[in-house]
Amino acid sequence: MIELKGIVKRYVLGDETVLALAGIDLFVARNEYVALIGPSGSGKSTLMNLIGCLDSPSEGQYILNGRDTSALSEQELAVVRNREIGFVFQSFHLLPRQSALQNVMQPLVYRRMSPSERRDRAAQALRNVGLSDRLDHRPNQLSGGQRQRVAVARALVGEPSILLADEPTGNLDSRTSSEIMGLFDALHALGQTVVLVTHEPDIAAHCQRTIRVFDGLIVEDHPNPARAA
Amino acid sequence: MNVFAEAFSAALASLNAHRLRSFLTTLGILIGTMAVIAVVSVLQGFSDSISNQFSDLGSNTLTLAAKNDQDNFRTGQINRLTFEDVDALRYKISGIERVAPILRAPLGATLYKGRAVAPQIQGATEEAQDVLGVDTSIGRFLTASDEKNSRRVAVIGTDVNDQLRMPRDPVGEFLLIGREWFRVVGLLEKRGEIFGFSQDNRIFIPFSVARSLTGTFERSSMEVSFTVTNLTEVNQVRERTERTIRATRKLLPGKANDFEIKAADSFVRQFNSITATATAVLAGIVGISLLVGGIGIMNIMLVSVTERTREIGILKALGATRRDILIQFLLEAALLSLLGGLIGIVLGLLAGMGIASLIPNFPPAHVPIWVMIAAAGFSAMVGVVFGIAPASKAAALDPIEALRYE
Repeated sequence: MIELKGIVKRYVLGDETVLALAGIDLFVARNEYVALIGPSGSGKSTLMNLIGCLDSPSEGQYILNGRDTSALSEQELAVVRNREIGFVFQSFHLLPRQSALQNVMQPLVYRRMSPSERRDRAAQALRNVGLSDRLDHRPNQLSGGQRQRVAVARALVGEPSILLADEPTGNLDSRTSSEIMGLFDALHALGQTVVLVTHEPDIAAHCQRTIRVFDGLIVEDHPNPARAA
Repeated sequence: MNVFAEAFSAALASLNAHRLRSFLTTLGILIGTMAVIAVVSVLQGFSDSISNQFSDLGSNTLTLAAKNDQDNFRTGQINRLTFEDVDALRYKISGIERVAPILRAPLGATLYKGRAVAPQIQGATEEAQDVLGVDTSIGRFLTASDEKNSRRVAVIGTDVNDQLRMPRDPVGEFLLIGREWFRVVGLLEKRGEIFGFSQDNRIFIPFSVARSLTGTFERSSMEVSFTVTNLTEVNQVRERTERTIRATRKLLPGKANDFEIKAADSFVRQFNSITATATAVLAGIVGISLLVGGIGIMNIMLVSVTERTREIGILKALGATRRDILIQFLLEAALLSLLGGLIGIVLGLLAGMGIASLIPNFPPAHVPIWVMIAAAGFSAMVGVVFGIAPASKAAALDPIEALRYE
């Protein structure tokens, strides 16, 4: 499924080369529920960007569903993102001028899908996250929790192999956070592979497995003994 | 195929989101196009009306006239056509159908019931009707019998009729032209003005009468218009005419022609080439304003790309390729510019009509369809050209950086 072998990522900042990832080996199987944790600057965001195919490693191999993505062009990476990855961001990242439905339809535009099929699928995805009565609302007419659910619907509409969430509850209050985490739990129960980036232990506690990143290395990788409800 | 439709609606939506800004951005294009269309419409209307007024003179009509340069006028040795030249045209040259000599006869003022006017008085034969394409609205034109019998009859232009306050139907009235009485037999159709000169302030009298009244033709001048039987032979007839007239005028070999043979439509062609040049120059100058408009579009599009950096990042995360982003922004620029162009075309047409109607006696404005299509196409092209830089900038954004952009 996700297989990282000896991943190194360097950034050049002026004269300085920053080593963001210093050699990561990682395997995530289908339908795993993984939390990536670590302090800021640890390299967990870089790792997430690499898993999400937003970036390519400086060294090493990233095999996604049996396909080596390390050598793909930007164009090919865009296609991989569109088909295999569903992103959920901390600050939702919805398109402000478009309705919830249009936001969810957007990834399907790049699949060259017919408008009516896009509409059907997007409406279904919004129903699945419990927003069937908010299809024509714009992001600014929705609450934070509702926005994040639109974002989840958008991430899932293309039936990606990985749902990749970057601090999905970072901008939400605790009640809404637990709502959203409930949604992730349910998705996982339905067979979705979920990778979460978080720095909150109680969010990480929802997952089956916790991976701690520090100074560009995986320093801890263990299954969670008990899952919170 | 879908790609363009998608990008098109996305571009429209984003222009619509900033309606005032979009409008202001495209104002340069709008004004530029408007100016082009207004200028072209006025000039074309003018040019069309000139062409129409001359269209009666077919391309099979040639005109023989004496040629004089400044030296001739300075020394007073003015070349004139002679009646031998007319006869040569009539009898010695094959391929000529009709010959219509026109003798300008400065006979003096024309009087009617105490009013006086000074129209152009031209001696002509019945052939002038066909060759010059003049027609009467009332009465008749000059006939062969008028010519043969040297009848004192006149066919008058509408200006003469109006200025002398003659009856609506002036046939049968008598005019005093110079010292001779003429009976009016016909009223010419109104022809309007060219360059502010009325074409209706004229009187035709029989050629033979004009000839006898002017006596010596020192002060009068003559031109001969003639039609060619076969249009395809115009050039041969022109050559034959040149040879024969040189012989008639006893010009020695090597001596320059003291006459010229003009095609009747050469004036129209000359005029059209002048208006075409004027149109091109003005359109070119105005085209610069389109470039300025294009730069305005580029500027705002660059701002817009910066503003929408995060949006572009989101789209890229969702799977938009460079090409998707490029097409969307290019279309946005093209659409912006095209909309300005279309509004400009409409306003330009209105402005052209306004200008044409404000100037008295000015022909109505007219814009050929291809000019409008070209204007629309050009404005869209300006958008594409000046959209390239912003669109490439947008397409080249790094998704991670773009997502982080605040």
